[in-house]
Amino acid sequence: MARRVGIEVSLAVSEAVRVCDVDVISAYPITPQTHIVEKLSEMVAEGELDAEFIMVESEQTAMAACCGASATGARCFTSTASQGLQLMSEIVFITSAMRLPIVMAVANRALSGPLNIWGDHSDVMANRDCGWIQIFVENGQEAHDNIFVAFRAAEDPRVILPVMVNLDGFSLTHVIEPIILLDKEDLGDYLPPYKPVVRLDPANPVSMGPASTPGMYTEAKKALEDKLRGSKKVLEEAWSDFGKRFGRHYRAIETYKTDDADTILITMGGLSGSAQAAVDQMRAKGEKAGLVKIRLFRPFPLDDFLEAVRNARILAVCDRAISTGGMGGPVYVEIKAALYGRPDAPYVAGFIYGLGGRDVRVNDFEKIVQKARVQANTEIPQPYEIIGLKE
Amino acid sequence: MNEQKKEPGWQDLPIGCVMMEARSTRHYHTGDWRSQIPVTDAEICCSCGLCWVYCPDCSRYRDLRTGKYDVNNFFCKGCGICARECPTGAIKMAEEET
Repeated sequence: MARRVGIEVSLAVSEAVRVCDVDVISAYPITPQTHIVEKLSEMVAEGELDAEFIMVESEQTAMAACCGASATGARCFTSTASQGLQLMSEIVFITSAMRLPIVMAVANRALSGPLNIWGDHSDVMANRDCGWIQIFVENGQEAHDNIFVAFRAAEDPRVILPVMVNLDGFSLTHVIEPIILLDKEDLGDYLPPYKPVVRLDPANPVSMGPASTPGMYTEAKKALEDKLRGSKKVLEEAWSDFGKRFGRHYRAIETYKTDDADTILITMGGLSGSAQAAVDQMRAKGEKAGLVKIRLFRPFPLDDFLEAVRNARILAVCDRAISTGGMGGPVYVEIKAALYGRPDAPYVAGFIYGLGGRDVRVNDFEKIVQKARVQANTEIPQPYEIIGLKE
Repeated sequence: MNEQKKEPGWQDLPIGCVMMEARSTRHYHTGDWRSQIPVTDAEICCSCGLCWVYCPDCSRYRDLRTGKYDVNNFFCKGCGICARECPTGAIKMAEEET
């Protein structure tokens, strides 16, 4: 039976992977992801999880091993962060192109340099266009729950795509939270066995991962793009069924007090909780502030997003990554692109915060809302701003 | 180009571009990205075989019936070395039809 326990979020992720009864895990330790796969290797060693744990010399090989195993029809899991994701990056793009439904937890951490082990979203944003489904979770319960959702959506015959579950390094991975852990009995038939459409089988040989000339590469990319976009419907079904069975409901875009909000904060990941507290503080002062949390970043849920911000005059988009030399953080740029040219589009202000583990406090979100309002009253759009920068 | 079937569109591709068929490289037209194709005038060709010698991609062949040399469209990348080296000027590079 589901039990509510105080548990480190990383270990709650491992627990979910165990209950999903994965066949193959291949990973290389890297802070702040290490506890996830360390616990899984223990489970395999203790016989609590009947899986192959393939120890490798690098993240690139970890993903390659998962790809090979997934191609035979095995349910595969891996996890990484930061430099590990960068080293893995070459294979990450191939995984989606080969349509291998691997699930990976990314314990989001800053990219070097300077060398920094703390949390931000620069690792995943460097892999933004990799063709994976990308989910961002806000707390430990979401991290645990979304592993089940990830496998269910990934392996759905209408999808067959890899899924990244992003959880902020340290501020999520290393905290102990009260989390309701599901066990196999609870899970029931929520996650059916993986039935691959094609697989490596000596009795029925196929070639996987072929080369493509210019004559077909474009079409291969379009086919992937189409599948990734189509996966949203299946994810929604997976979340909806999860809600029905276990009472915790998830959506691609989560809204908080947005209906009458004049200014809406846009966040992704673990800082959303602080933003929500800030909205309560501002509401207590009579300010019409709201919050939109982006849970699904890829495929980008455009219609849900437009619906969520429909009544707002100002959006304050908060990014935990910097696009060096670009027009702003990746989420800010995405949202500006989504809104440009639409009648009555709100003013969009961009803020970068929480880089390399820099603390973001509840009051910082109030400052962000105030700054966004000042910007919105200027005659020309203002460039993005870095919060808490020491001059 | 050559006698290829209509190419598949993006919706025709198998999942993950998996190749279901063995020996599928027989259908892999490695020369389909060329921009020019050598055209040989059989009247002028003196069957010396220099184009065959110089071709970096083994795309020249001797027609056993006529003894003249011609190009294999399947492989030829259109580099033009045969046209340059032909001592009789029998080979001219023509624009590839798109």
